[in-house]
Amino acid sequence: MSDLSTAFATAVNLLISFDHNLVEIVVLSLKVSISAVVFATVIGLPLGAAIALFRFPGQGGITVLFNTLMGLPPVVVGLLAYLLLSRSGPLGSLGLLFTPTAMIIVQTVLVVPIIAALSRQVIEDLWTEYEEQLRSLGAEPERVLWTLLWDGRFSLLTAVLAGFGRASAEVGAVMIVGGNIAHVTRNMTTAIALETSKGDLPLALGLGIILLALILGINITVYLAKQAAQH
Amino acid sequence: MENWSDAETSILPLRVSGVTYEVKGKRLVEKLSFELTAGSLTIILGPNGAGKSITLRLCHGLLQPTAGKIEWRDSSMARVRRRQAMVFQHPIMLRRSAAANISYVLSLNKVPRNQRPAIVSAALEKVNLSALADQPARVLSAGEQQRLALARAWALQPQVLFLDEPTSNLDPAATRAIEQAITAFQQIGTKIIMTTQDLAQARRLADEILFLHQGKLLEHTPADTFFKSPQSAAAEAFLNGELL
Repeated sequence: MSDLSTAFATAVNLLISFDHNLVEIVVLSLKVSISAVVFATVIGLPLGAAIALFRFPGQGGITVLFNTLMGLPPVVVGLLAYLLLSRSGPLGSLGLLFTPTAMIIVQTVLVVPIIAALSRQVIEDLWTEYEEQLRSLGAEPERVLWTLLWDGRFSLLTAVLAGFGRASAEVGAVMIVGGNIAHVTRNMTTAIALETSKGDLPLALGLGIILLALILGINITVYLAKQAAQH
Repeated sequence: MENWSDAETSILPLRVSGVTYEVKGKRLVEKLSFELTAGSLTIILGPNGAGKSITLRLCHGLLQPTAGKIEWRDSSMARVRRRQAMVFQHPIMLRRSAAANISYVLSLNKVPRNQRPAIVSAALEKVNLSALADQPARVLSAGEQQRLALARAWALQPQVLFLDEPTSNLDPAATRAIEQAITAFQQIGTKIIMTTQDLAQARRLADEILFLHQGKLLEHTPADTFFKSPQSAAAEAFLNGELL
């Protein structure tokens, strides 16, 4: 118990003093996860909207596939990416393994299905509600798409934030393709895993507090976005 | 008030010939034939499940008939679409302000941006919603939303306005406001085609009646004739408030 309280006090000190190591790790984490979410949004949002709006054979299957991929185990994605990116792998010549870029790639892969599946649901529900009215008004398909994206903006933001939550909390995939190299690819989650196993609890705990605060912030934003979406 | 549809030729009459609409083998309306001309207010009457809303949607082009033809005098579908509007039983409001809901349809219809504010405020004025222009449309009451739906149609100055049970969820005061707006449309020469469950409302508003029963058109007569001496047994029973 005293171990825990000492660790906690040290962790708070690290936070207050803006410890250099800590800041470096937090900045890398945010850089990687935000980049991944931006890419995943650019890919996932139109993909989700397209699955919702266009009628094509195999639509049901695609929907189930994306819903399944939402639960993709990060270590499996990490392993597959590792095989592709390692020196002897098909993409080995790019030299991406153990770089932040590789971390961004795996997190994008993990987040795309979340954003695609959630935005498909949002757009589909909205289309069910708007279809007759928009057809009656003579809205053209492109205009329909923009109207649905705009009117669904708060719910879609929720989807994007859910993606960010997944990216920032994930450890398995970035550990494998990033390698947890100090000052290069060490992010919050891999650092927590490492420091915990080394027994350096204060740094792990400090990072844990920041991670929790971040996720709390996301959930508050999601909540407010949902409130706003009611109107 | 500017009215850019006045100068144009009328898309009416609307001719419906032998129209049948089926879903999964079930005939929801059967061999409908009638012609609707400009000027009068047409009310489609009938019990639940008679096919009133489906007839309206077929005429408006939201549904395609399984058999038969729906023709307007104007053969250009694009023009016909632009010159008609529909107000639904449950109006769908976009997630934006009341005023923005109206300017949205103006932008869909390619009305120049600088003309939109004047048209929007005139339309809101027409239904007494000017004070609520900046309110989010979806927090308005049911009656206000329905008036906003009418204002949205007013902004387009359609030649033909379809109304699907526009007052079925409203209290008497809200109903009166809607009927006033409908009368305003009539005064500028808009052809109104509406369904209602409310016999008193039909008596107040209708010039002519289309009476539907079990998907078939039983009567198409002037309102006076229909209410005084209905020709079919079903219509007589309906007017007497008997179950059909």
